[in-house]
Amino acid sequence: MTLEIIGISVLWMFLFGYLIVASIDFGAGFFNAYNTLTRRDHILTNIIERYLSPVWEVTNVFLVFFFVGIIGFFPKTAFYYGTTLLVPVSIAIVLLAIRGSYYAFAMYGSYGHKGYTFMYGISGLFIPASLSIVLTISEGGFISMVNDHPVLDYMELFTSPLTWSIVVLSITALLYISAVFLTWYANKAGDKSATELLRKYVLIWALPTIITAGGIIFELRHHNPEHYARILDLWWVFGLSFLLFVGTVWLIWKRKKYGLAFGLLVGQFALAFFGYGVSHYPFLLYPYLTIYDSFTNEAMAISLIVAFIAGLGLLLPSLYLLLRLFLFNKDYVRGNKDHHA
Amino acid sequence: MGNEEAVFFSRVLTELTLSFHIIYATIGVGVPLMIMIAQWVGIKKNDEHYILLARRWARGFVITVAVGVVTGTAIGLQLSLLWPNFMELAGNVIALPLFMETFAFFFEAIFLGIYLYTWDRFENQKKHLLLLIPVAIGASFSAVFITIVNAFMNAPRGFDLVDGELININPLLAMFNPAMPTKVVHVVVTAYMTSAFVLASIAAFRLLKGSNHVYHKKALFLTMKVGLIFSIATAIIGDFSGKYLAEYQPEKLAAAEWHFETEENASLIMYGVLDDGEVKYAIKIPYALSILAHSNPFAEVQGLEEFPEDEIPPLYIHYLFDLMVSIGMWLAFLSALYVFAVWRKWSFVQTKWFRWLLVLGGPLAVLAIEAGWWLAEVGRQPWILRKIMRVEDAATTSGQVDLMLVLFAGLYLVLGIGSVVVLRRMFKKNPVEQEIEDRRKEKGGDFL
Repeated sequence: MTLEIIGISVLWMFLFGYLIVASIDFGAGFFNAYNTLTRRDHILTNIIERYLSPVWEVTNVFLVFFFVGIIGFFPKTAFYYGTTLLVPVSIAIVLLAIRGSYYAFAMYGSYGHKGYTFMYGISGLFIPASLSIVLTISEGGFISMVNDHPVLDYMELFTSPLTWSIVVLSITALLYISAVFLTWYANKAGDKSATELLRKYVLIWALPTIITAGGIIFELRHHNPEHYARILDLWWVFGLSFLLFVGTVWLIWKRKKYGLAFGLLVGQFALAFFGYGVSHYPFLLYPYLTIYDSFTNEAMAISLIVAFIAGLGLLLPSLYLLLRLFLFNKDYVRGNKDHHA
Repeated sequence: MGNEEAVFFSRVLTELTLSFHIIYATIGVGVPLMIMIAQWVGIKKNDEHYILLARRWARGFVITVAVGVVTGTAIGLQLSLLWPNFMELAGNVIALPLFMETFAFFFEAIFLGIYLYTWDRFENQKKHLLLLIPVAIGASFSAVFITIVNAFMNAPRGFDLVDGELININPLLAMFNPAMPTKVVHVVVTAYMTSAFVLASIAAFRLLKGSNHVYHKKALFLTMKVGLIFSIATAIIGDFSGKYLAEYQPEKLAAAEWHFETEENASLIMYGVLDDGEVKYAIKIPYALSILAHSNPFAEVQGLEEFPEDEIPPLYIHYLFDLMVSIGMWLAFLSALYVFAVWRKWSFVQTKWFRWLLVLGGPLAVLAIEAGWWLAEVGRQPWILRKIMRVEDAATTSGQVDLMLVLFAGLYLVLGIGSVVVLRRMFKKNPVEQEIEDRRKEKGGDFL
């Protein structure tokens, strides 16, 4: 295994981590807003706040970790993506900033202003949309070189069906992931009505998620035939992912083993995400940038990997402690005590 | 938009983001230490007032951390968005501390979450104190690592530049560059100092506004003592910084000091104005610059005349230097006076005018932090990587930077106003007298 592969695998892993935790976060915000609007907020608000409060900051770190890491391992990405992504990423930053700070403001300052709750829920849907543009661009065809500098063609980008399919997928998938997780969490909390409501959301969002995911593969056939061919080579990974999807939906449908259902969901997305990543190999930005020509020098790569291993030694036990105290602690999950500062 | 404008707006946007971020970042580095000290004193003295102090500080801290986190994310991404050429080059050498910073941040985020949501879970307060240690360590170390990145920009090393290509890269040598020790210590110590004075401001303000509760007096005395210790430490490290500059970045020191001609027995210029190259109305302290630069009153200090015209930083940084040093000295003096007077039981510390001076201390300390960063950053102009890459070669070629500047200015306005409003409301709605009363009822009389 070369250093380049280790580097991109580490980063891809963290991006996957962000995908899951951020989806839960964004989806929870949306469901909360939706229920506030339809005056059913009493069902969900407690469950959602109890989960989100101690972890919102951690969620954010996954993202920071990814973008710092990719500049570290692949400094040339700064040149290509940094120059072209100024506008979409700035919008994502602003939305993230409003969301993150609003969360702290609302939890500790003025509780439950409806207008804010609504904005909070909606902004969560726009962030994955603006971030997923990076994935679209990486497929090639939207960036051209003008005087040795990359320039993004917005017209091409916004009229491409691929762009919109990826945006739709990011939104449906986040609602689906979030609903599955929260069903499990609500069930652990012994909250029947919240579980039932969330279970319904899982069943609503399952189908659109899988249809758009399939649709994107189909569109790649025209947009980037090379990539499409490599996806077909990996058909069994995506097939396995689909089986896990069926398993999750079946368990939720039958109201059985919500924990296992969430486990299958993580497996489903992990397979699809890594399958997509592997088929994208070796390009970071088709056709300009591969992981080989953008890789940092060997000394830096090795020290980054050493730092990464040392950092994980510190992080994994801490994350485990966090999960034990808040996710797997019956008293806390059921809200038996008011614990916060 | 031409490239010149893109450079200009990129600089303004970076400056705006950083100037806003460092207010919250400084508090984010210093306040966990203050909470830890209060919690520790509370346990040691078995005094619930200090525990309550820690708790109330922690609650306010959440708000500032939230803004610090989101603006930190903003500057982290803006580095690549606004300065892609710089990141492409420097990323090869300096990615390690940047990466380590996110680990420190991660570590802090996890334990802050745990600390904030386990207030009533542990019977033993000592266990709860243990959770604060990783928070404070994480906060301080993210400052350490990110300052190392900045130090590298001032004193880049750990690589060889051959025909525009970087070779022989040594990430550790790049991290432990000559600017690193003074910069890191200065940043961390002034963050502690500023947080102490900011918290002292709050206590003094409550006392001024009529609450005469012993809780605020304890808070004020504790924070002023900590403030005194760290302002003395700041003065000492400031002296080392001067010596570093004389040795490695003489053009920055010379510009900050309006030291035009290389000479021995150099005097230090305080205040004054620059008029057609003439320094007017300044206070000159003989030999002081030689002492600051080389610990020797007769030593020779390099003047601006020795540097090429296009490598000299703007001369207005002298005003920033004056502002930073004057505030630092004033706060050291003020806190020393206060601590001494309390110790000798002099009553003037309880007068209104003196308390107003204490209230002013916090905002002044924040102003000094801003002035210090502007001095450090403008002082290395025109370089983004000293002697290697100029700022204008580093900026983006994107045409939308001006629009983004407007967007972010709006964001910081909202965040700034929002955080102040929320903090005010939080503590107004629940004054300490009320909280002590509530706690007493809850615990059935054995509280205080």
